[in-house]
Amino acid sequence: MSLPATRGSGRTGWSPGFLVKLALIALVDALGVYAVLAAWSAESWGLLAAMVALLLAANWAYFSKRALPWKYILPGLAFLLVYQVYVVAYTGYVAFTNYGDGHNSTKEQAIEALLVQNERRVEGSPSSPLTVVAQGDTLGFAVVSPEGVVEAGTADEPLAAVDGASVEADRVTALPGYEVLEYAAVLERQQEVTDLRVPVSEDPNDGSIRTQDARTGYVFTSTLTYDAASDTMTDTTTGVTYTPNDDGQFEAADGSTLPVGWRVLVGLDNFVTAFGDERYAGPFGKILLWTFAFAVISVASTFLLGLFLAIAFNDARLRGRRVYRTLVILPYAIPGFLAALLWSGLLNRSYGFVNQVLFGGAEIPWLTDPLLAKLAVLGVNLWLGFPYMFLICTGALQSLPGDVLEAAKIDGAGRWRTWRSITLPLLLVATAPLLISSFAFNFNNFTLIYMLTGGGPRFDDASVPLGHTDILISMVYSVSGLDGTAAKDYGLASALSIVIFLVVATISAVAFRRTRSLEEIA
Amino acid sequence: MSTTIPPARPAAPPRRTALPRRVTPARWFSDLGWRHLVGVLAIVYAGFPLVYVVSASLADAGTLTGSNELFASVSGANYVALGGTKFWTWMGNTLVVAVATGAGTVLMGAAAAYAFSRFRFSGRRVGLTALLVIQMFPQMLAFVAIFLLCISLGNVVPVLGLDSKLSLICVYLGGALGVNTFLMYGFFNTVPREIDEAAKIDGASHAQIYWTIVLRLTAPILAVVGLLSFIATFGEFIIARVLLQSEENWTIAVGLYGWVSSLQEANWGLFTAGAVVSALPVLALFLFLQKYIVGGLTAGSVKG
Repeated sequence: MSLPATRGSGRTGWSPGFLVKLALIALVDALGVYAVLAAWSAESWGLLAAMVALLLAANWAYFSKRALPWKYILPGLAFLLVYQVYVVAYTGYVAFTNYGDGHNSTKEQAIEALLVQNERRVEGSPSSPLTVVAQGDTLGFAVVSPEGVVEAGTADEPLAAVDGASVEADRVTALPGYEVLEYAAVLERQQEVTDLRVPVSEDPNDGSIRTQDARTGYVFTSTLTYDAASDTMTDTTTGVTYTPNDDGQFEAADGSTLPVGWRVLVGLDNFVTAFGDERYAGPFGKILLWTFAFAVISVASTFLLGLFLAIAFNDARLRGRRVYRTLVILPYAIPGFLAALLWSGLLNRSYGFVNQVLFGGAEIPWLTDPLLAKLAVLGVNLWLGFPYMFLICTGALQSLPGDVLEAAKIDGAGRWRTWRSITLPLLLVATAPLLISSFAFNFNNFTLIYMLTGGGPRFDDASVPLGHTDILISMVYSVSGLDGTAAKDYGLASALSIVIFLVVATISAVAFRRTRSLEEIA
Repeated sequence: MSTTIPPARPAAPPRRTALPRRVTPARWFSDLGWRHLVGVLAIVYAGFPLVYVVSASLADAGTLTGSNELFASVSGANYVALGGTKFWTWMGNTLVVAVATGAGTVLMGAAAAYAFSRFRFSGRRVGLTALLVIQMFPQMLAFVAIFLLCISLGNVVPVLGLDSKLSLICVYLGGALGVNTFLMYGFFNTVPREIDEAAKIDGASHAQIYWTIVLRLTAPILAVVGLLSFIATFGEFIIARVLLQSEENWTIAVGLYGWVSSLQEANWGLFTAGAVVSALPVLALFLFLQKYIVGGLTAGSVKG
């Protein structure tokens, strides 16, 4: 940079480029301010801070004369920080919590949910005349209290007195700010009306108003009461007192717990579960072994087949060489998920092409027998992966130094000797980094496993939905419960993600160091 | 091929490549013939599932059993039936997401690579090392955290929440810098710096140099990165599956998986027709730009 880098960056002239920049930043700022305000009203302070920081960084980068490189880095960096760095860090955090079903939220939300879930109609409590009202699409109730005060509220807004209501025969007929629903409209939304609960006050201990017939409201209060001072939950029907325990649940003296908990840090518990708990440790060990076997065999088999074909077609005298090459790489040009789905049909036990046509109607359980399913997965991955290896081996073969090969020939080396001592080592040096990334890719080849076998056939003994062809990443998916087949356990799933990361990172680091020393020798 | 040399003319003048001995069939086979044999076998192996899928998509039965006889019937019924499903919506979604991700990846990756390659600033070395470390952690491993992040973002800005294509694009763009900056950085370094300095002396601003000089000269690598990103996004499944919940927003991968996993036997015709249609854009791009892609592959990227 022989000239000062400030030239041009802080232009004050109204060039078209400057105007475009100004317009873009104005747009970003407008969206940013909107997001900041939205975060403010949602009381989401972490997001608020992040948005403000990003917004300030953007304005600094594009208006400061000293921030030249950041003008180019910032757009990508912002996405990287939010959707990669943050989520990785958050994965690390969740791995040490019990986040999942039963531990979904904060303690305050858990207390509120417990109180709401245990609401019962208070025996003998007074009923009050009730009218169903609406604010836009939001339903609410308006009731007339025994003292004759009209109060109204919705699911999110507790009852509050409203002035200026017209009341006929103890029933509200018009209410400022609300629309009184006709009988027909109430019938239409019957389910919503009977499900609606309008809190009596901000304190969930006070209970709520509910209705069965849209005409009379009853006060429901919770059979549990929460005492903030002693931080205990008491069941008023049985008199049992629950105190918070270390697992993020309310626990009674006899060890019974209330169903809704909150998330807390549980230290290494998730890792202990993966390696030690009898429900997970058995499947986890098998899956870990199979993941390694799958990744290693996949790389080896695709590499060998690809290399063999590359050698076969690497002869300038071969006619139709380009046609062979183009047709052979076709599987690689098909999106991986389509290939896996296609093969799952081809290998279908009763109707598939392979059994029906190639094996003359034999019912070979390609995808449902533990051993055959593993072979099928490897076979399909061979079909999917060999063209890639073919491409890189062809590239490497064509860039072999001709003089070395010629020297070997002059020295009297035969075909095999040349191949073994010269071609193969040089080829390995050129392709080793790609073999490592191929290993890392197959280690996490979720699409293939999930689309072809879904991880099945299931382990007989496992209470968790895992199977013989599951690899670690598909185990993470099952354990996370996001597909709806098992209870959600984000904590354990994140812990397993961390394990995968450690395995892949270690292997890549070691392998890359090895290949570097290989290169130095060559 | 060499067998075509007529044996009646043994005294043909020896050329540079002329074979010293007469070509017997055995000799021909060990030299070239086995290569043809391997080639034919490889084509059958690589091609038969593709022939099958085309045939099945044209079968009028539309079931798995009915597709086993290759080209027993040829009709466009399955393709017409696609119109009665959400297939074209999914296709549109996928193209929107993949094109936006590809374009965004190229723009942001190239800008970052330009900065790292052309400017010297504090934090440059740390930044490059950090990128190397970050790219070891594949984004898909963090899908649980991504899901949770999108829930909280959605509470504040709904369009960045679950079940939104924009949100999915943002997530994919988060992986853009980590994967591709190094590929581009290496290429940008091969463009001689004297070119930008000459332009600078002529009065060009850094933005003019970037947009009109550097981007033009690095077009091949931009094409590779955009294309690989397009293809990877096109086939990405796990994050799309976790984030997109309503059928209108699904991508092709999520939608077709739904057909096959729910009723493989009955939906087979639809699936195969859908597979042929959705494989075409990728296949076409791939075959036309094969040369570029192979160059990119040997530089170290893996297709999904």
